[in-house]
Amino acid sequence: MSILNSKIPEGPLAEKWGNHKGAIKVVSPANKRKLEIIVVGTGLGGASAAASLAELGYNVKAFCYQDSPRRAHSIAAQGGINAAKNYQNDNDSVYRLFYDTIKGGDYRSREANVYRLAEVSPNIIDQCVAQGVPFGREYGGLLSNRSFGGVLVSRTFYARGQTGQQLLIGAYQALNRQISMGNVEMYSRHEMLDVVVINGKARGIIARDLVTGKIKRFGAHAVVVATGGYGNVFFLSTMAMGSNGSAAWQCYKKGAFMANPCFVQIHPTCIPVHGDQQSKLTLMSESLRNDGRVWVPKKKEDAVKLQKGEIGPNDIKDEDRDFYLERRYPSYGNLVPRDIASRAAKERCDAGFGVNGEGKAVFLDFKYSIDRLGKKVIEARYGNLFQMYEKITDVDPYKEPMMIYPAIHYAMGGTWVDYNLMTTIHGLYSIGESNFSDHGANRLGASALMQGLADGYFILPYTIGDYLADEIMVPKTNVNAPEFEEAEKAVTERIEKLFNIKGSKPVDYFYKKLGQVMWDYVGMSRDAEGLKKAIKLIQEIREDFWKNVKVTGEMNNLNPELEKAGRVADFFDIGELMARDALDRNESCGGHFREESATEEGEAKRNDELFTYVSCWEYKGENKEPVLHKEELKFENIKLSQRSYK
Amino acid sequence: MADKILKKLNIKVWRQNRASEKGKFETYTIENISQGSSFLEMMDILNNELIEKGVDPIAFDHDCREGICGTCSLFINGRPHGPDTEVTTCQLHMRKFNEGETITVEPWRARAFPVIKDLIVDRSAFEKILQAGGFISVNTGGVPDGNAISIAYEDAEESMDAAACIGCGACVAACKNSSAMLFVSAKVSHLAKLPQGRVEAKKRARNMVAKMDELGFGGCTNTGACEAECPKSISILNIARMNREYLVARFSE
Repeated sequence: MSILNSKIPEGPLAEKWGNHKGAIKVVSPANKRKLEIIVVGTGLGGASAAASLAELGYNVKAFCYQDSPRRAHSIAAQGGINAAKNYQNDNDSVYRLFYDTIKGGDYRSREANVYRLAEVSPNIIDQCVAQGVPFGREYGGLLSNRSFGGVLVSRTFYARGQTGQQLLIGAYQALNRQISMGNVEMYSRHEMLDVVVINGKARGIIARDLVTGKIKRFGAHAVVVATGGYGNVFFLSTMAMGSNGSAAWQCYKKGAFMANPCFVQIHPTCIPVHGDQQSKLTLMSESLRNDGRVWVPKKKEDAVKLQKGEIGPNDIKDEDRDFYLERRYPSYGNLVPRDIASRAAKERCDAGFGVNGEGKAVFLDFKYSIDRLGKKVIEARYGNLFQMYEKITDVDPYKEPMMIYPAIHYAMGGTWVDYNLMTTIHGLYSIGESNFSDHGANRLGASALMQGLADGYFILPYTIGDYLADEIMVPKTNVNAPEFEEAEKAVTERIEKLFNIKGSKPVDYFYKKLGQVMWDYVGMSRDAEGLKKAIKLIQEIREDFWKNVKVTGEMNNLNPELEKAGRVADFFDIGELMARDALDRNESCGGHFREESATEEGEAKRNDELFTYVSCWEYKGENKEPVLHKEELKFENIKLSQRSYK
Repeated sequence: MADKILKKLNIKVWRQNRASEKGKFETYTIENISQGSSFLEMMDILNNELIEKGVDPIAFDHDCREGICGTCSLFINGRPHGPDTEVTTCQLHMRKFNEGETITVEPWRARAFPVIKDLIVDRSAFEKILQAGGFISVNTGGVPDGNAISIAYEDAEESMDAAACIGCGACVAACKNSSAMLFVSAKVSHLAKLPQGRVEAKKRARNMVAKMDELGFGGCTNTGACEAECPKSISILNIARMNREYLVARFSE
């Protein structure tokens, strides 16, 4: 029915990856030395891929916009990484991790991809331990685990509240080793601004040297995009300030389909917004829900007093507290998946039970765990998170409950890829958060790190060989080819255009407006009318931006304002596509909640008959409507059912 | 709890258009900053005001704004990451400042960290030190089970204490000798404390120290300024541990 070929291997689920590996082509060591690969982005996906590919013998060029690969935003992941090790003897297995991930994703991901992810997950832990990742351990010397939302076993490995940091440092160390051996050329403070396609194959990129402002051409036999998610389209999110969707968006404009762009995750436990001077939101790890209890007052009058600052949380007695997650979802309690916890918080706040001045916060209380386990234990588990909370809010969470509220955190949607992680452009790959493949409509906690490293260490290094085996006779890419010429010209013209507007308003003026529209109409709760309105509003803001933005500084110098202008210009287009996708998907699933499709109790209601597909959008040119293709999702091993965490 | 508003602040900041040009201090005035805002949010507001006035905004490094990526790097009122303990600049909040205050903002000052523009410096020297040996020489695949080697709880914790380094460079900026000993020793300790990293411990210490010396960082005279200003409280005990590794390596040569 469509031009999309997901290339999912035949055979029983558990044998697909093994059979596939046996069937795909392999490049000999002598030929690997002749081949060049560009990897854009150095988070968990990019760094692990760049290092692993270089170890295999390929010539790798790696790029990041930060001043060091170690600063990619994977570093901010706190709680942990899942793996089906079953070290706890609690009946975990590859199948259970697979099942939890499919169910957690609300049945909108591919069975074969998710099974493979679960299958390679144990290898990731082994690899990280060998690299020197100091995971948390028990007194006997063995690895320790904690629990995360949406599951009933303990399979999450962690390094205090800094798991992402430690895993990234592991991958970064492997990358550094390859840089020192001359197998990777590292280009820090370089931003990819276009992908170059020659005769239907990705052959290189155009990048801007962010220090000198110089536009440069880089050629290769294949290009890997590992540039993360586009959550910053909301202006306020837990993403790093520089995180952006531009690399993926340039791929889209060159022919790579975007899949499920409306699927973004709203994380339930972030520090609430204060005032109007805020630049970003800070996450408090999901792991805190292991030991923290979420509540709001039972009585409206208590909530009103809290909002006015007349009483504090400790003035409210236990029997007057509504532990609404435990009440609504007794079997999972505080550990329901993120989408459900977020909506439940919004529901209570919308009903008037919010606990801060704005009425947009709920409590996450550690009193009960401190009483049960002692302060020392809680400090050892979450010390750095508690410290961070206190620095930001000036409140001591050992004495008073934390205040939290949902915020944009992760993009499940992204560039469409087949089973080999190749996009609809030959030789262009997308890995980690920047692809769409494994998390469906909602990602489970501690699974982003798992996917980034699975793709980079254990999947791409195999599957890319299948493509490159046919490229061994192809000489090094000529960066003087007309396609490079053209791409560079387009990039330069766009930059000049931004400078030449010479309007009156800074980029942030438009960016904040876009963020507000996205949050109001394409955020936690969506309906057809609002989405149509959002598309119109975004178009208006974009038009205004291209007429009235003021970009200062020079083109041939370091210029953060120019960088931001380019990224925000792309966010308008990404935001519009998200709204279109959300409008098409008239069902609720995972993080995508359509008001038209809810159960009587207000839970998300899927519509499997009409929407069991991946929506894949094809770019048709400026000011033209994109075309929707559908990849049907086939469930051969799991029976679709309405999710229940009661 | 409504945050107080600072009605007026003076920001005295280092301006330098590029490495090859001379720099100087400029002072700007900013009004109505909430004490609940972070220092960098204040800088954002100042920058947007400068843009509207047609002045090139102040370039500064920042990214995650959660205190973990190590990108931000300001020297504020004479202290790396400003007047608070155990925070990076992005986690520094305006409640640490007073009404009407003049806040002085400089880049990291060290020979090995040349200024690129305004408050942004080039820290690639850190990259070179880590590339000289800050890793365990294993390839992807073919490694033993994660539980094959037990690691004592205390060793894993001590390793983690050192591995918490974010590579921001505050230690170098704080040191009167611009020494990178705390940074280098944190990596040496992180890996030497684990059995997987022991194998190459001596060689690692020797190669990283040699690279550090070559890149123009100063020596350590035990003032302890690095530890005091480190946003992640990395201990100078790591320096003692590195010196031991280094000496053993030299004697066994």
